[in-house]
Amino acid sequence: MEVALAIVIGVLYAGGLYLMMRRNLIQLIIGLGLLSHGANLLIFTSGGLREGGAPILEEGKKAFAAVPADPLPQALILTAIVISFAVTAFALVLFLRTYEVVGTDDVDEMKETDT
Amino acid sequence: MILLPVLPIILPLAGAILCMFFRKNLIAQKVFAVIFSSLMLTVAIGLLMSVRGGEIAVMNVGNWPAPFGITLVVDMLSAIMLVLGGLMAVAVSVYACFDLDQGRTRFGFFPLLLIMMMGVNGAFVAGDLFNLYVWFEVLLTASFILLALGGEAAQLEGSIKYVALNLLSSALFLAGVGILYGMAGTLNMAQLAVVVQEGGHGGLVTMVAVMFMLGFGIKAGMFPLFFWLPASYPTPPAAVSAIFSGLLTKVGVYALIRMFTLVFCNDIAFTHGLLLVAAGLTMLTGVLGAASQHEIRRILSFHIVSQIGYMIMGLGLFTTLALAGTIFYLIHHIIVKTNLFLVAGAIKRLTGSYDLNLLGGLYESRPGLAMLFMIPAMSLAGIPPLSGFFAKLALLIAGVQAEAWWIVATALAVSLLTLYSMTKIWAAAFWKAAPADALPCKEPADWRLFLMPMTVLAILTVCIGVFAGPVFSLAQDAAAQLMNPAGYIHAVLGGG
Repeated sequence: MEVALAIVIGVLYAGGLYLMMRRNLIQLIIGLGLLSHGANLLIFTSGGLREGGAPILEEGKKAFAAVPADPLPQALILTAIVISFAVTAFALVLFLRTYEVVGTDDVDEMKETDT
Repeated sequence: MILLPVLPIILPLAGAILCMFFRKNLIAQKVFAVIFSSLMLTVAIGLLMSVRGGEIAVMNVGNWPAPFGITLVVDMLSAIMLVLGGLMAVAVSVYACFDLDQGRTRFGFFPLLLIMMMGVNGAFVAGDLFNLYVWFEVLLTASFILLALGGEAAQLEGSIKYVALNLLSSALFLAGVGILYGMAGTLNMAQLAVVVQEGGHGGLVTMVAVMFMLGFGIKAGMFPLFFWLPASYPTPPAAVSAIFSGLLTKVGVYALIRMFTLVFCNDIAFTHGLLLVAAGLTMLTGVLGAASQHEIRRILSFHIVSQIGYMIMGLGLFTTLALAGTIFYLIHHIIVKTNLFLVAGAIKRLTGSYDLNLLGGLYESRPGLAMLFMIPAMSLAGIPPLSGFFAKLALLIAGVQAEAWWIVATALAVSLLTLYSMTKIWAAAFWKAAPADALPCKEPADWRLFLMPMTVLAILTVCIGVFAGPVFSLAQDAAAQLMNPAGYIHAVLGGG
């Protein structure tokens, strides 16, 4: 399972970075999305994959029957997903506005602020 | 008293919410922004007083004990940064009351500024790595909007570069957090330090250290990751540029200092050596970039990059004196850089331009403004007895003691080139005769009041230079605290 996830993460990172280096604004934003998914899966995988026990104690018991899954990585991922959702929404609006004002979606054409 | 560390986060949030209640009333927003940033400054000074003796203020949110809950930690470095942040917030909000146009104020400049300050302060007090990530996102999101507010073409172009690269750095940071959690099973910085000290993780720690170096390096504007900075910082109005240049990159520097003094000290020869090389290259490229520019804000933006190099240099040398130099440099740089951007904004308000080719004769017509520029500019170049001289001196002495000759030589050469850039602005904007096609100067009615924040910051620059002794001993105490992470670990984990 870890191997499969590692490959998926690698593909997400490679795809994300490739898209970020394209000239089109929409590809840039899809690339950013893929990168954040890659990072989320990385947290999920490196937090340890365990099958079985939910980390909730049964009533009246003081110990888990099986080794429970670690709930913290999932909490971290949830937070990261919410943040990346908001940031992606903002980036989409920003890119749309830039397209309207600057008149192009080609990143290579945006050289006004470079020197 | 025990709730003190949470106030720097709560106060700007409360101010922002109050501002939103008075969405239509711009005067009320201005009043709230100034009041709440002053309160923030007061609380920060109080915090600095209470940790001045060397104890560390720790607060466990929700009363969950340290490695499990979210911990807020204020040591001397955090307190110093909080004071500087509060000071800049006051200066910039007073400045913005006069200079910012109606449109931007109406679309929420002040609440956004306060929210950004909440993120900045949160990053300074965070004692938990994931918490640090969240605060970074808070301040980044607010800064994205501040940067794009107004929607001019150049601003939007700059924002794209800023947003894309900062999100990349956040993804790197997050990936580093994930790997670190998988390795250590904790994200509490103090416990991470314990786990890393115990060793047994092989090269993984160093790999994660480099990921953090890249992530924070992008945010700090370190070589070779600084290209977004000169492309985006000169585009918004002066008030926004000033707070960005003063504080945002320094949050990256703060995070680097925190992580590379507390946690990643297992392979100093490699990680800190790499930081030192990056520092030298950062200084050099920044100052060379500035030398080729002819627009005040662009020159200043490239200088931010070059100054970041000096701060990283102290961290790379990794001795108590070098770290004290870095902290002194932070104090000096935040005040001076913000002030230079504010003065640039004042020049623009007076003459309508930032372009050195269109400016001239300001020394003759506005000697007061000329002095306000001269003090921070000379301090930036490191002329005694101003604050920049002592900052550079400490770093150079530390470099000589560590026998890192090449970085000392680089720092000296860069210092000379900084002086060149500053004299270029001075000669073009203030000394040479005004060009024939210059725009007419018109002095706004509130001019004297408007110059207040700049005057106060300039006086502070002189004071830091004149009273360098006490300020430096403060920096030295903070550095000694950083070099001895056992105190931090003990304060957070207790007993352990």
